[in-house]
Amino acid sequence: MESYFWLLSLLDSTLRLAAPLLLAALAGFYSERAGVVDIGLEGKMLMAAFAAATTAAFTGSALAGLLAAIGASLAMALLHGFACITHRGNQVVSGVALNIVAMGLTAVLGNAWFEMGGRTPNLPAAARFGEVTLPLAETLRNVPVLGSLYYELISGHNVLVYLALVLVPVTGWIAYRTRFGLRLRAVGENPAAVDTAGISVPALRYQAVLIAGLLCGIAGAYLSTAQGAGFQNNMTAGKGYLALAALILGKWKPVPTLAACLLFAAADALQTRLQGVVMPGIGEVPVQLIEALPYLLTVLLLAGFVGKAIPPKASGRPYVKER
Amino acid sequence: MSAGTGPDNLPWWATGVLLPVINVVLALVVSALVILAIGEDPLGAMWTMVQGALGTSEGLGYTLYYATSLIFTALAVAVAFHGGLFNIGGEGQAYLGGLGVGLVCLAVGDMPWYLVLPLSVLGGAAFGAMWGAIPGYLQAYRGSHVVITTIMFNFIASSLMVYLMVNVLIRPGQMSPESEQFAPATFLPLVQDMAAAVGIQMNPSPLNFSLFLALATCVLVWAFIWHTRWGFALRTVGANENAARYAGIDPKKVIILAMALSGALAGLLGVNEIHGVQHRLLLNFPAGMGFTGIAVALMGRNHPAGIVPAAILFGMLYQGGTELIFDYPSISRELVVVIQGVVILFAGALEHMFRPALVRFFATKPTATTKPAGA
Repeated sequence: MESYFWLLSLLDSTLRLAAPLLLAALAGFYSERAGVVDIGLEGKMLMAAFAAATTAAFTGSALAGLLAAIGASLAMALLHGFACITHRGNQVVSGVALNIVAMGLTAVLGNAWFEMGGRTPNLPAAARFGEVTLPLAETLRNVPVLGSLYYELISGHNVLVYLALVLVPVTGWIAYRTRFGLRLRAVGENPAAVDTAGISVPALRYQAVLIAGLLCGIAGAYLSTAQGAGFQNNMTAGKGYLALAALILGKWKPVPTLAACLLFAAADALQTRLQGVVMPGIGEVPVQLIEALPYLLTVLLLAGFVGKAIPPKASGRPYVKER
Repeated sequence: MSAGTGPDNLPWWATGVLLPVINVVLALVVSALVILAIGEDPLGAMWTMVQGALGTSEGLGYTLYYATSLIFTALAVAVAFHGGLFNIGGEGQAYLGGLGVGLVCLAVGDMPWYLVLPLSVLGGAAFGAMWGAIPGYLQAYRGSHVVITTIMFNFIASSLMVYLMVNVLIRPGQMSPESEQFAPATFLPLVQDMAAAVGIQMNPSPLNFSLFLALATCVLVWAFIWHTRWGFALRTVGANENAARYAGIDPKKVIILAMALSGALAGLLGVNEIHGVQHRLLLNFPAGMGFTGIAVALMGRNHPAGIVPAAILFGMLYQGGTELIFDYPSISRELVVVIQGVVILFAGALEHMFRPALVRFFATKPTATTKPAGA
């Protein structure tokens, strides 16, 4: 029974850790399926996390924080679109620039406004996204196995976790069952064909990039106002790149991407629990190996040693309309 | 019009000097706006930075010490760029390169520095080259994109280094993950001591012999890219892979070579940082210099002659930034990171925004005089 609860708590923190990865990875999904490479997930998330924490600290409202986060992230996304779509700049370079700008700007502004070494004040519970207790969770709590599963694992997350999970089928439906989704995927594979059909390639790509901005905004708000209680210097700590890796591991498809996010999050949750644990036969598991596992997996997958990931055909290439 | 990528008849000083200057000015304007938003005086802050970076021999020493590291990482980015590759992995390659340097310095024991230096250069270059060549190989033969792989390799390098420092290389009986100190005989001479030997007084700074190594490397890289067969192959593959293939060049080999060379150059940061200054192995010594190298390379237009002044400028920003916080406590040194990002944005991602404008500007004059009968 004890190991059952250990497992439940492991899965519970897996869900919590997976949510921001999932939001960011879905953001990358929209952008990259439209043919715009998004290295800037990290920067958008970081900027959003800072905007959310700052706004929530001043207004005391988590919702206002979320809106500010989305606004900040959308502004970054627009800049990315302006550089990559309007001016056909190098998408990778633009993404790197955004990441570095976000890292510097959040530190500079945070230091200047709060004078706490880049941190923002601790948010009170009202200014954060609290845990939602799903209906009947308390009543069913004492039902063996399933009741505790429902109470521990499924209930008791903040609303953004549920939003992230719901967005997986929603994204799948949008991408594969709607006209917009068809065009989105087409513009990432063969923009010339979309152009020939009389649909504006730049407009579609801008929409995709903005959706990515919206989702990164939510992911950032999650980090600083739901999972954490305030902003810390460089608090994304590579989660944007990890989300990118999950998207690649998920072969640019929503459900496999969810699986990859859960895998990475589980590794993360396991890592803190395995610190110093001596496994029989193996000895102490190096925490660093578990930490590096997602990146190793991504490299192996991209190299075709574990399956094969083929990116959208037109990704990374600016579209030049023929005259 | 899709101007900006093809030959557009800009005079050399417009692309080589004017464009970078415009980029820097714009970056400075953006950072001035940030300083204004904080509620401080931008001009005063910038004057403090310039003074802090150049005003004293100590400041100048630090500026050139930062510039030394940046020359290595920027050359790394530039070499890859000429081969049509974007190497974001400079940070990880520099990390591994430092490991190579440190292992050499630990292994040689008590040897004079001038004998150790060639070995530590070799060690740093070899380890960096390995960390660059693997992504190069994966791109050339397995089709995985070098950008993603090098990002992943940065993280893997960081985990690997933490593992090695905590479990293997740590000095016994010590809490913080640092290795034994190298033998004092192996320390690279500091420039202040070299200057004192010829009678020039300099205040202490970490500037060391690596600066001369960096400048020599610039000349070697220049000669390699523009005056060797391999350099020609590299630029041909970067310009047009198919044309290169028809010319009998094997792009796969060139990609691996470019990434190995790029990694080797980044790895030399370890000579400055580990062999020259820290004299022991420790964590996080690249400190973002691998990423700053991208900004320096873009601003220096991927040419050693441009990279040196750009590296000095960023060295000034780094050193000036540390001075800044004494006079302006509300401004933090991360302002340099903002400037760096904005430079990458303007000089890299938005290069096509300024070029056509410049082309138009320069086109107005000659067309009036050179081809009046054309239309």
